[in-house]
Amino acid sequence: MTQIVQMRGMNKYFGTLHVLKEIDLTVEAGEVVVIIGASGSGKSTLIRCVNGLEEFESGKLVVDGNELAPKGGNQKALAEIRKEVGMVFQQFNLFPHLTVKKNIMLAPRKVKEAPEPIASATADRLLSRVGIASQADKYPSHLSGGQQQRVAIARALAMEPRLMLFDEPTSALDPEMIGEVLDVMRELAKEGMTMMVVTHEMGFAREVADRVIYIHEGQIVEEGKPADVFDNPQNERTQSFLSRVLSH
Amino acid sequence: MEFQFQFDWQAAINSIPYLLKGIPYTLLISFGGLAIGFVLGIIFGLLSINKKWFFRWPATAYIEIFRGTPILVQVLFIFYGLPDLVGGPIDPLTAGIAAIALNSGAYISEVVRGGVQSIDKGQTEAGLSLGLSRSQTFWSIIWPQAFRRMIPPLGNQAIVSIKDTSLFSVIGVGELVRQGQVYIANTFTAFEVYFVVALMYLAITLSLSLVLRFIERRGLASV
Repeated sequence: MTQIVQMRGMNKYFGTLHVLKEIDLTVEAGEVVVIIGASGSGKSTLIRCVNGLEEFESGKLVVDGNELAPKGGNQKALAEIRKEVGMVFQQFNLFPHLTVKKNIMLAPRKVKEAPEPIASATADRLLSRVGIASQADKYPSHLSGGQQQRVAIARALAMEPRLMLFDEPTSALDPEMIGEVLDVMRELAKEGMTMMVVTHEMGFAREVADRVIYIHEGQIVEEGKPADVFDNPQNERTQSFLSRVLSH
Repeated sequence: MEFQFQFDWQAAINSIPYLLKGIPYTLLISFGGLAIGFVLGIIFGLLSINKKWFFRWPATAYIEIFRGTPILVQVLFIFYGLPDLVGGPIDPLTAGIAAIALNSGAYISEVVRGGVQSIDKGQTEAGLSLGLSRSQTFWSIIWPQAFRRMIPPLGNQAIVSIKDTSLFSVIGVGELVRQGQVYIANTFTAFEVYFVVALMYLAITLSLSLVLRFIERRGLASV
């Protein structure tokens, strides 16, 4: 199998705070890896390192054959990685001055220099795929949270990424809209997309993940198949975390 | 002694054709200066938020110097002081435009800085995560949003700068106030003439306000 992400002994600090400690993690092509953990455990920081939104201080990080250097070195590899890795944010981060369709077309037009008709056709296809073809010419502020997040997924997919990062994609949504976003992600996983997902949706993790990783204070303390991690956690920290989040 | 003052309407009306000759100068200095000031504001505003100190420091120095000294002193310095340095006279019109440009440029730098910094960091992250370069992210995502937020304070600065040109009567440029002073020297109708001068400034600034309100409403409607 092809390794899409390879982390070896990765360390990350915010000032004196050691937020990621000796992270070793491999993600294979087609794998769905769900990262769980308490807030402040470093799980978001971990996936933000993958596309260089956060720099790391030491260790090794290779994404689809491009090796990133610590402290933001190797800008060339970083540029390659960002073309190949899509990201979906908690707060959607859609571009409010552009219509839904223009949001999706921007990166293909600017980065891949795709011709207008091709970028437009791609945008239409992706909007149908996430079920909001009828909203193409609206501005993001006129859409519901669930619809906005689906646009954000389509926007990332427009670059035909090899890996998708999801940073708590449903945490800012009203409860009734979480399902529609998870459905799109479930479809994506089924189609074989490689995904790293930070989430608090334990049901989704159990159902969709090939592997679940539990992070505690910047360390991977448990890793395994969802059934093993959820039903038979080995580490007592995982046990206590799961008992807190699953008990209600 | 009985003192009675009567507003001399005829004197006011008579002054209008002479005063109108000052308006092209007032507008030329204001808008010429503001156009250059806008360019300076973009350059120095963006430099002032650059990560590298050798860009940030000179920009901050420029902004502080021109915001922290009176524009009257600035124009006197340019008109009377600078010729010693450049070795030749500077005409009043050029001095006036330069003063508005440098002065408004400092304030507009702050408007640009504030506008750009007000855009959520998530916008930059979204752009970068899609593979856009830093400059593509800035010019196609951050700047259009920031510029919309900059329109009201830019309009404000334009109005301030238009009124600032009235000070340039001291260097003898034939703008509105200077025309008024010359006219009064011959007719001794200060009350009427300054009243008309004030109305003319008001007409310019109110027209600008209306245009700005229109632009603002159109600009914000799409967001």
